[in-house]
Amino acid sequence: MIEFHNVFKRYETGHEALKGVNLALDSGEMAFLTGHSGAGKSTLLKLIAVMERPTRGQVIIDGANVGRAKNRQIPHIRRKIGMIFQDHRLLADRTVFDNVALPLVIGGLSQRDINSRVRAALDKVGLLNKEKMMPITLSGGEQQRVGIARAVVNKPPLLLADEPTGNLDPELSAEILKLFEQFSQVGVSVLVATHDLALIARMHYRTMTLRDGRMINTGLEE
Amino acid sequence: MSRTGATASQAGFFSRLGMAMKLHRQNFSGSLRGLFGQPTSSLMTITVLAISLALPATFHVLLKNGKAVSQGWNQGVEIALFLRPEISDSRAEALTRTLQLRSEVAATRLVSKEDALQEFKSRSGFGDAMDFLDENPLPAMILVTPTRAHSSPDSARALIATLAKEREVDVAQLDLEWVRRFQALLQLGDKLALALGLILAGGVVLIIGNTIRLAILNRRPEIEIVKLVGATDAFIRRPFLYTGFWYGALAGLVCWLLVTLLVFWLGGPVSRLAGLYQSSFRLDGLAMVESLWLVGAAILLGLLGAWISVSRHLKAIQPQ
Repeated sequence: MIEFHNVFKRYETGHEALKGVNLALDSGEMAFLTGHSGAGKSTLLKLIAVMERPTRGQVIIDGANVGRAKNRQIPHIRRKIGMIFQDHRLLADRTVFDNVALPLVIGGLSQRDINSRVRAALDKVGLLNKEKMMPITLSGGEQQRVGIARAVVNKPPLLLADEPTGNLDPELSAEILKLFEQFSQVGVSVLVATHDLALIARMHYRTMTLRDGRMINTGLEE
Repeated sequence: MSRTGATASQAGFFSRLGMAMKLHRQNFSGSLRGLFGQPTSSLMTITVLAISLALPATFHVLLKNGKAVSQGWNQGVEIALFLRPEISDSRAEALTRTLQLRSEVAATRLVSKEDALQEFKSRSGFGDAMDFLDENPLPAMILVTPTRAHSSPDSARALIATLAKEREVDVAQLDLEWVRRFQALLQLGDKLALALGLILAGGVVLIIGNTIRLAILNRRPEIEIVKLVGATDAFIRRPFLYTGFWYGALAGLVCWLLVTLLVFWLGGPVSRLAGLYQSSFRLDGLAMVESLWLVGAAILLGLLGAWISVSRHLKAIQPQ
């Protein structure tokens, strides 16, 4: 699902965020990406979502070299990727329902399809009774789950999560990772960037480690 | 090995089309609600736009009326041939008939010395004074109306030059000079109106562009988010284009109202003034077609301003 071939990323400031990274993530595989802050986790995720372009090397998503994608193709690449952020990135002036419906509205689905899919996604994250509320009135954990519902509502083959448990207590964090597990079990590839090592230790999933822009551990058996 | 459980959402063509139309409707009314959501600033912007449009529109209305007035003058071209005093009435009549035969001439009318005196008495107010004169001092006059083809200022001048060569004619007069000057003035006005219109249209585009720019910056976080979940540029652009559409449409309507009120307000005095010149001239407002043009042009300018602004500023907003 994701392949990195000898990927370098140098920012205009001269900072080299990634230095020759290789990685591969299968469909339906779930993996963690760890490393200190500044190790290149965010850059790696941005390259996948085409928020940045690699300076060298190839980033291949679902068989397509997205590093070379034309600008007008970017939206269509992003529709295959559900993204979850530490700061949730919800629209403050829309209800929970409308926030979750956003990818479907953009995709041009009919209202009936939108209704049933949004309710299914909200049901999945346990927020079906809150669809008419505004995000601001929800707790941090609930907002994060709204973000997850939005990420999975159009059934993308790939989920990216950037510090999804950053502000949550261990119990809520575990709940959210349970959700990711369930998605991976139905064939969704899940890549979770985090520096919460305690959390990773409790889960038995492949763990990739970045240090100073190099992949020092791909999490695969030698 | 790869499992194929999940694929990105796909929708059929017709459901897409239906949804696209629904989105358009939502954007159409949603952007209007957006304007009413900030009534003061929207109203100010629309008023500024309307005034910018009203200036060339008013100019146009004035020019149109000026042309209508001078058109009337052009059709009533008459050449006055004043005959020598010694010419007898019978010779004057003969000349009148001869002139009538010319192909350039539509009609002739002889005003004999006696007729001229009567007319002068009744019109000038010096009637009584004339009674003290021994002799009628007024010459006979032939009024020549050229055919329509020879009514333009240039051919009327050619005709007058020919007629002035008749032996009986003392002075040939055509009071066209000031009509020509007035028409030259109107032509200048046309050019001015065009220049003014172009400049102010540019202003309208810039004002709408700037308003849309502020709207875009206000919604920057929202734009970043919808870009992240896969919105195309067209999807993001659409509500802003509709906002531009509404600014243009409302400004066009307010401008129409301003011009119509102005014409209504000036209508009374203009009719009174025309009445003093024995004219039934009435100030003409914007016709239906012109009103549609006005609003249509305003809408186009609104869309243009929005388009320029959106294509310049949307690229700069990329999710971080």
